[in-house]
Amino acid sequence: MEIKLQLNGRAVRVPDVDPDTTLYDFLRAQGCASVKCGCETSNCGLCTVFLDDVPVLSCSMLAARAAGHKVTTLEGLQAEAEEFVGFIADQGADQCGFCNPGFVMNTIALLRENPDPTDEEIKAYLSGNLCRCSGYEGQLRGIRRFLDSRNSRKEVPHA
Amino acid sequence: MPEKTTKYVGKAVRKKDSLQLLLGKPVYTSDVAPKGALVVQLLRSPHANAIVKTIDTTIARKVPGVVDIYTWQDVPNQRYTNAGQTYPEPSPYDRLILDRHLRFVGDPVAIIAAENEKAAHKAKKLIKVEYEVLDAVLDFRTAKDNPTLVHPEEDWLPLCDVGGDNHRNLVASGEEKDGDVEDVLAGCDIVLDHTYHTRAVNQAMMETFRTYTDLDRYGRLHVLSSTQIVFHCRRILSRALGIPKSRIRVEKPRIGGGFGAKQTSVSEVYPAFVTMKTGRPAMIVYTREESQIAGSPRHEMEVRVRLGADKDGRIRALDLYTLSNSGAYGEHGPTTVGLSGHKSIPLYTGSLEAFRFRYDVVYTNLQAAGAYRGYGATQGIFAVESIVNELAEKLHIDPTELRDRNMVRQGMTMPAYYNEPANACALDRCMARCREIFDWEHRYPVRDMGNGKVRAAGVAMAMQGSGISGVDVGSATIKLSEDGTYNLVIGAADMGTGCDTILAQMAADCLDCPVEDVAVFSADTDVSPYDSGSYASSTTYVTGKAVEKACTELIDHICTIGAELLGCDAAGVTFEGDCVRAADGRTASLTDIAYKAQVSNNCAAEVTATHSSPISPPPFMVGMAEIELDKLTGEVRVLEYDAVVDCGTPVNPALARVQTEGGIAQGIGMTLTENVTYNAAGKPIESSFMQYKVPTRLDVGHLHVEFESSYEPTGPFGAKSIGEIVINTPAPAIAHAIMRATGVWHRELPITPEVIAMGEPDQA
Repeated sequence: MEIKLQLNGRAVRVPDVDPDTTLYDFLRAQGCASVKCGCETSNCGLCTVFLDDVPVLSCSMLAARAAGHKVTTLEGLQAEAEEFVGFIADQGADQCGFCNPGFVMNTIALLRENPDPTDEEIKAYLSGNLCRCSGYEGQLRGIRRFLDSRNSRKEVPHA
Repeated sequence: MPEKTTKYVGKAVRKKDSLQLLLGKPVYTSDVAPKGALVVQLLRSPHANAIVKTIDTTIARKVPGVVDIYTWQDVPNQRYTNAGQTYPEPSPYDRLILDRHLRFVGDPVAIIAAENEKAAHKAKKLIKVEYEVLDAVLDFRTAKDNPTLVHPEEDWLPLCDVGGDNHRNLVASGEEKDGDVEDVLAGCDIVLDHTYHTRAVNQAMMETFRTYTDLDRYGRLHVLSSTQIVFHCRRILSRALGIPKSRIRVEKPRIGGGFGAKQTSVSEVYPAFVTMKTGRPAMIVYTREESQIAGSPRHEMEVRVRLGADKDGRIRALDLYTLSNSGAYGEHGPTTVGLSGHKSIPLYTGSLEAFRFRYDVVYTNLQAAGAYRGYGATQGIFAVESIVNELAEKLHIDPTELRDRNMVRQGMTMPAYYNEPANACALDRCMARCREIFDWEHRYPVRDMGNGKVRAAGVAMAMQGSGISGVDVGSATIKLSEDGTYNLVIGAADMGTGCDTILAQMAADCLDCPVEDVAVFSADTDVSPYDSGSYASSTTYVTGKAVEKACTELIDHICTIGAELLGCDAAGVTFEGDCVRAADGRTASLTDIAYKAQVSNNCAAEVTATHSSPISPPPFMVGMAEIELDKLTGEVRVLEYDAVVDCGTPVNPALARVQTEGGIAQGIGMTLTENVTYNAAGKPIESSFMQYKVPTRLDVGHLHVEFESSYEPTGPFGAKSIGEIVINTPAPAIAHAIMRATGVWHRELPITPEVIAMGEPDQA
């Protein structure tokens, strides 16, 4: 089947896609190497991408379901990611990095939805993003430092 | 060596690859492997013990896109081990690429090479196999001298005498002791005798096993793999495939986590075999299920401990017997078991009069075990630290004070640790500091929260090693570039730990240059100087020292070239980081020296240095857990886990902290949620992340880590190690807290809500 969709802001048309192709396989074939697969059973969150700006697990969705929609991967969100990933790097919480794209995608979704989350809200929102290296604490510290830094910047005009 | 003032060592420098990783750049095996490789898949045994009577691939070969299918008849008949260890490996040579005798559910029966995944998958279903199903050894307690032999073959080959015997299902066995343990036990006021059981938990690194292979431009086998051990991998492939090492090149890109899993060559041989047969690029990517059922998990162990003490809490004797389950193959079996005693008994050097440590490592028809962070120490420390907590309870002595009376201290010699000295040991300070930050006094008693929930605390200590003494070899090549920057080339493998960065920090301090000026490359057998690989907590301590040596030697070379430029004697110049200064004050810039090195020069502006250590200085740690337990449901939540670690000098405190937090989280998973069970036929149940529950960020509570530094005189900048020790305290500390909450000692992991809810108070 033919699939047409908008991928990271550009129109993509792919003929001859097998109907059982997952969105994950489709996106990897389109060169979106940031999209990772850690479990195949929708348990780990590594394959998180946005479908019409909503996070979905691409390993558990058929590419056909994304036809006609807007799909965004980390390749299309570099500037937004760059705003805060340095704070994760400062904690050393990137570690092996294999879960980072899914984690970064879902953090972006969180911050778009809830720009000033509490620690509990951060943990709850990201609970579907597994990380085997960091123990999560460094990721939380990184997000917290980013929010603190952003909030203190915002406060400057009023100071 | 005196303590140096440092600019980078001891600082939280960002990992050199951090932004590449965080921004999702293509840096892993699957990202960088060229497209169009043959898809390699494995048909796996449905039986725990069976012989392939007949195998017919005729129909499977007719599937469009299938290139070839290989069975036991097609592979070399030379046995080898997948264990990434220094030659001669203690692990027996007990594998073939494909064996007619299948020894666990998941053992490969056939290798399928196809143009695409679908064709491979379809062909897999069309291979007709007739199995002769045999009785299987599924309980490791019955394995030794069982009439059913896992390895009855005559060409089973041990390279080292580790007490193994394939006709007894024994991978290894042994005994060591100091003093007369029975004699001391007989004179003790109290003797405790308990057995502790830990399971074959999986590393569950986020990137599963995967390997790409092709023939390079010289027609040699080129292997691109997610591995911690490029050099061992080359040797393993050379033996398995029967081709010379000079015809093989192994490299690793970034690795999506290892934790020891990738210290075994789990996936490399299959695509390599396909490439050698077809001449074409080939790639295998393990599914999560394959990683769970046919990977290289922790050795299941049962550790029986007899502890003898005085009424006043002086621990006088420890007697350990460890039974270790190596599964169907012997990878890391003879060595992991050693740590269950060597890294637990010496914690009590302070008071111990005698110890004995005996062990058997057995074959069973279950998934072969391998190396997992902690490597046997985790299992032994769960047993010894638990029984010490049981002793504290019996004697009504605070368990932290009990440890203060018995623990190893700086300056002691450790008889149970090859008589090595505790040159640098801040375990006492770790305990004192952890007690303080955790507020042990107030948290240790059980607190009833009045809503059916109770809060309770537990404690444990741990140690590990820093590299394998007298074995591990680390090397570093450091080269000067024309602009005065450096290239550091190593054979150690950064699997996310940040070793590329911490080694660059050391180099920058040695060479008095910005850390940004040290580019790091690893690892490639064609390019890197020899390194055993990144395992056994060796990289900081062993390879780090090689970096220090290489930099010192390079400075000599730079001075020689600089002196020539300045027209003076090399002995009279000094290295000042960005220049070399003559006695009369004249200088030659590093840039000028680097250019001079490329013109009419006979002194290399690069150096390779190698290091090995006769000792393996232990890092030490104390961990304290607070849990909340629901008495009705048995649910346990870890509220807080505090830990204080003595890793010598923390080279990069941010990375050392995250190593610790990550290790604690893995330890929490092993203790509470990660189960490994089999059905009656030996088929693993927890074959996906649906059933195998690694902790989420809601499951680990608040982790608080601090460091109490010591200075290890034989380590680079005083450093020891951090990577493995960090997984060792959660199991005993949490089991302790659960006992405080319920009155029941749980001596088997994982301690699930069901087990707690059904638990009976201990009568022992």
